[in-house]
Amino acid sequence: MPARWAEMRLEGSGLTCVRGGREVFAGLGFSVAGGEALLVTGRNGAGKSSLLRMIAGLVRIAGGQFAVTGVDAEKTIPEQAHYLGHLDALKPSLTVAENLGFWARYLGGGAPPQTALATVGLAALADLPAAYLSAGQRRRLSIARLLAVQRPIWLLDEPTSALDREAQDALAGLMRQHLSGGGLIVAAAHGPIGLERAKELRVGADA
Amino acid sequence: MALIDLANPTRFLSLARPTLPWLAGLTAAVFAVGLVLTHGAPDDYQQGATVKIMFIHVPSAWLGMFGWTLMSAAALGTLVWRHPLADVAAKAAAPIGAAFTFLCLVTGSLWGRPMWGTYWVWDARLTSVLLLFLMYLGVIALWRTVEDPSRAARAAAILTLVGAINLPIIKWSVDWWNTLHQPASVVKLGGPAIHPTILLPLMVMALAFTLLFLTLHLAAMRNEILRRRVRTLMLMQAQAAPGSGS
Amino acid sequence: MSPLLNPLLALFLRDVRLAIRVGGGGGIGVLFFLIVTVLMPFAIGPDLALLGRIGPAILWLGALLASLLTLDRLFAADHEDGSLDLISMSETPLELAIATKAAAHWLTTGLPLVIATPFLGLFMNLDGTASAAVALTLLAGTPALTFVGLIGAALSVALRRGGLLLAVLVLPLTVPVLIFGVAASNAAIVGPVPFGTPFTILCALTLVSLVVGIFAAAAALRQGME
Repeated sequence: MPARWAEMRLEGSGLTCVRGGREVFAGLGFSVAGGEALLVTGRNGAGKSSLLRMIAGLVRIAGGQFAVTGVDAEKTIPEQAHYLGHLDALKPSLTVAENLGFWARYLGGGAPPQTALATVGLAALADLPAAYLSAGQRRRLSIARLLAVQRPIWLLDEPTSALDREAQDALAGLMRQHLSGGGLIVAAAHGPIGLERAKELRVGADA
Repeated sequence: MALIDLANPTRFLSLARPTLPWLAGLTAAVFAVGLVLTHGAPDDYQQGATVKIMFIHVPSAWLGMFGWTLMSAAALGTLVWRHPLADVAAKAAAPIGAAFTFLCLVTGSLWGRPMWGTYWVWDARLTSVLLLFLMYLGVIALWRTVEDPSRAARAAAILTLVGAINLPIIKWSVDWWNTLHQPASVVKLGGPAIHPTILLPLMVMALAFTLLFLTLHLAAMRNEILRRRVRTLMLMQAQAAPGSGS
Repeated sequence: MSPLLNPLLALFLRDVRLAIRVGGGGGIGVLFFLIVTVLMPFAIGPDLALLGRIGPAILWLGALLASLLTLDRLFAADHEDGSLDLISMSETPLELAIATKAAAHWLTTGLPLVIATPFLGLFMNLDGTASAAVALTLLAGTPALTFVGLIGAALSVALRRGGLLLAVLVLPLTVPVLIFGVAASNAAIVGPVPFGTPFTILCALTLVSLVVGIFAAAAALRQGME
């Protein structure tokens, strides 16, 4: 993968998040460059997921702003970001290949879905309805979406949940590959996710 | 052989496979006899050849009710003994029963057309059959909506038994409703007494249609068992693949 | 294929597939329509002359309820499994995605209602012309019901309440469509107004609701974000 996003930088400043009338965090700022990973940590309810969803444009920004430089200026941040949340956005009655194929086509795919399925080890199950997959396999299928469609920003919420040891290592490999291609990662996690040189951002009252 | 052996799906399949062609052949033979007899039956002095619709209409009506009875028996098997083959029997019977009920409605409507001048009047008998048809569609919709077969089976079994209890009440209510609104002037299908020259072909046709029902039901049960095996194989395939978490 | 059309086609095909697979609600709408229509004579009485007179109205009411009740899950299903998040993160405008979902929904639930109408017309003692008139008005009018219903479906996601609330929110909005749909059917059957006048207004209402429904639904979904 060419380092085509190496000049990229994602910045947030003065960010305030209000949920259900309660201020979750205020005055938060960060800066990540292409090739870097930012690990968002903090106790439960500190607003880790909210921060990710704010970047993805899924939660209203109560204060502050985001800025991205060095990438396609025509597109907004959410349009250049992958969001991997707790929900896997899969339809049980569609097959594995149909599920991934849909997102690849809808989000404007790059790599053919078959390659992405092979990378996450689901190639043999391509024609199986997604209803038959285990939680770990559903997670793998969600991760395949990040590979089938190339977007510079990865927003990962607890990416290692439901994954076994082997799959966690494989995911770490994919993340390193994304970083070396110049992409950036913002991940919310309780513990290490397998990236050695990740910057850390603590959110919450005890930050 | 004990009944319990029959209840084993594998055992059932090995029996169904050789039985099906024979049953189908017998059905065809009885149908041939029935059609010849039907051809020889006299026309009605009022209705002409139209009366021969009866040879399809009456057996269909009987099988529509037979289908629900079969489903109710299977429903007991599902709820009391929790037997998977009972689920299969109930599921396989629903579309076939619905098809015969539909056939009964269509033939009834065609039969009535010359008498009524329209394809449908709210005749008490036909209306009861229509409600039976709607209940069949409800059961089929239930089977189609719930993904997990054993959960769908229990829900469908309860619905079927409630339906079985309700059907006489529905029939009685519809009769009451109909007589309330329409005096006895309405032409009842079937007529008061059936002449023996009509009764014999009718009985043979009823037997032929019953055999057809049983043939279709056996084939549908076989298909359903095989479909469930495919489902199990898919589940096993998913479990064998990486990341199954087991 | 053009970069805008390809994602929309993918979304359209996905929704159609979901509707016709096991667990999808493709046929339930028609079944509901059938049952509502059949129930009416039990309340009114089997008087064929009376049924023939009010048949178009009964068919329209049945189709109205059927097409609204099936809309309940249109956005809720995508919201619950996270699909809606990803759909809104696409370069494809949300309005177009909503319009596409509505088109797929109409094809799998609205069109079957139109096709079923001539058969249900038999129960209502409608002759060929009358059945054709009702089917034609439903063909022109059910898209309006779908697009108006979009607003309710989007609001029910935003408010996280579904079911009856949707019907309560949306049913008053469908009154104009009902008025002109039934009026056009009756005009074709008994007159005295020419069929064209109410039918043209019905078509106009469909076009208006197309625009209003899509933009209002998109706004409701955006407001629903926390």
